[in-house]
Amino acid sequence: MSDIDFDEGDDDFLYDESGEDYLDESGEDYLDELDFTEIIQEKQERKKYEVEYKVYSIEEIEDFQNKEIEHVANIIGCFKEHAATLLRHFKWNKERLIELYMDRTEEVTKEAGVIVDAQKLPKLIKVEDFCCDICCDSGDDIESLALSCGHRFCKDCYSQYLTQKIKVEGECRNIQCPSDACNIIVDENTIKMLVSEDTYHRYTSLLIRTYVDDNIFLHWCPAPNCEYAVECKIHDSDLQRLVPTVKCKCGHQFCFGCGLPDHQPCICSLVAKWLNKCRDDSETANWISVNTKECPKCKASIEKNGGCNHMTCKKCKNEFCWVCMGPWSEHGNQWYTCNRFEEKTSVDARDSQSRSRAKLERYLHYYNRYANHEQSAKLDTELYEKTERKMERMQKSSELSWIEVQFLKEAVETVVQCRNTLKWTYSFAFYLQKDNQTTLFEDNQRDLEMAVEQLSELLEEEIKPNRIAELKQRVVDKSIYVKHRREILLEDTAQGLKESRWVFIDP
Amino acid sequence: MSKIFTKRLMKELLDLKHNPPAGVVLEDVNDLKCWKINIIGAKDTLYDGEIFTLQFTFSNNYPIDSPEVVFINHIPVHPHFYSNGHICLSILYDHWSPALTVSSVCLSIISMLSSCTKKVHPIDNDRYVMMAKANPKLTTWEFSDDTV
Ligand SMILES: [Zn+2]
Ligand SMILES: [Zn+2]
Ligand SMILES: [Zn+2]
Ligand SMILES: [Zn+2]
Ligand SMILES: [Zn+2]
Ligand SMILES: [Zn+2]
Repeated sequence: MSDIDFDEGDDDFLYDESGEDYLDESGEDYLDELDFTEIIQEKQERKKYEVEYKVYSIEEIEDFQNKEIEHVANIIGCFKEHAATLLRHFKWNKERLIELYMDRTEEVTKEAGVIVDAQKLPKLIKVEDFCCDICCDSGDDIESLALSCGHRFCKDCYSQYLTQKIKVEGECRNIQCPSDACNIIVDENTIKMLVSEDTYHRYTSLLIRTYVDDNIFLHWCPAPNCEYAVECKIHDSDLQRLVPTVKCKCGHQFCFGCGLPDHQPCICSLVAKWLNKCRDDSETANWISVNTKECPKCKASIEKNGGCNHMTCKKCKNEFCWVCMGPWSEHGNQWYTCNRFEEKTSVDARDSQSRSRAKLERYLHYYNRYANHEQSAKLDTELYEKTERKMERMQKSSELSWIEVQFLKEAVETVVQCRNTLKWTYSFAFYLQKDNQTTLFEDNQRDLEMAVEQLSELLEEEIKPNRIAELKQRVVDKSIYVKHRREILLEDTAQGLKESRWVFIDP
Repeated sequence: MSKIFTKRLMKELLDLKHNPPAGVVLEDVNDLKCWKINIIGAKDTLYDGEIFTLQFTFSNNYPIDSPEVVFINHIPVHPHFYSNGHICLSILYDHWSPALTVSSVCLSIISMLSSCTKKVHPIDNDRYVMMAKANPKLTTWEFSDDTV
């Protein structure tokens, strides 16, 4: 029985996947070379379709900010609070801030709303004969506060003003002194002193939010309630040539370019176009909800309850393909093209009516396969959940341990991931001009598709406790093959994008 | 924590009654939260001697919140005043400061009248008036030019 890889992949940094082995060889000298070896390793390990990225927690972002703030405060020789205001004004571009600050201090600080040579940080004090311009309360024993500009207001008004700015207006780095036309920024320390804990918490989370929003290389993970941010040094202009898929520490895999769930190998602009088109042609989309079709031979009604598209009619034993309804026996052959759309020669497409019919037919070919993989992935998952419940029952009555049936879970994950990839290959192919390159792409697509269907079929097999080792062997072997086919397809498509080998059309 | 700023409103009201700035006349205060104030176009300007009425409505949170200010009845033809009475003036919305007062708002509006060189409606008047809600604070204002 072969070993199961239990690496659940908590660290999904692409460049972190190397190295462990070197530690075993030990030896102090060896450790010195570790960094270098790791760098080499990194380069080799990153596949053509992968991008470099890093996942940050809010705490990590805050740590980073605090270091930057401290650094700037040391260079300029000012309070950290003021350094923070300056950095936020410069959107954390430290080099530019220091350069401009050295050049024209007065202008820079005025614009940023700081008085850098302030001797003291604002604090609450009682001032003789004080009158607050906001509430008009006056007296000697009213606590009041002024920023370095000297505009003084009472504690109650100040905190009410700040709470309004933070809670109602959602402001954070641009909250100015309440005085008319004074642009001095209320620093973090002052805010902490004057507002409730709850409001202060909202304030700091708004600061982080703005920080991430201001930084074009940082995006929040779009998964609901996820608080990680992903950094990826990709420019918008790169998105024509690569698909920047990233995986958050929460497990969600998404495209850094457009924020949608992973859509390898299709580029963002085509994904957007495709989704728009599918939305517009939504009436044609209804067919997919149908899980019952007729056997092409005996017309008996057949229900699909797993993801696999290799169907066998219970009545006449006819084997056929759910997608194209053609005979299954021919699907393994090189010349059979379940995935490829055969353009009809233009002879019969002269009038506009038949042209538009041909157009619709072409679209439906790709859409059906796209939607079918989406649907099949759902069915694969449902089937697995059923199997899982069945196995739980089996475990109670037999020798089977939890570990022994884990391979099914992993195989289902592989199938679902590959169906997702296949799904997007159909959107990609819809926009591809037909040429020799496309044929190659379609061959890779077909090979992956066949492999996935075979694995999916294995998952539908009945599980007998006495034959589980044998089933496991077949599933594991097939999974390795399927992953390999996916690699080939993704690597080649990514390479093609880099080389601008693909020609896109607007069908 | 919210406190209602009665003292502030009372003080502003007394100031307006006893020492109003030039061209500002308190017209009617039936309710401490809703004032009507007349402003008079300054001498030697396009609006010389014309009288317009501003209505100020204060929320419980005034002056942390800006007042809602609109022209009522007779609305001046002016590139920054819409024919429904709404006023395009940044201190009434984004640039409001709790240190500003009813007087300072009135003076800003009088100065907008004084610096006007041509009595025309705002370019987008018709479209705006059709779409706008009654409360001008619900509009997202873009302040192209406050000096006119
Ligand atoms: Zn006060
Ligand atoms: Zn100030
Ligand atoms: Zn996440
Ligand atoms: Zn994308
Ligand atoms: Zn049949
Ligand atoms: Zn088929």
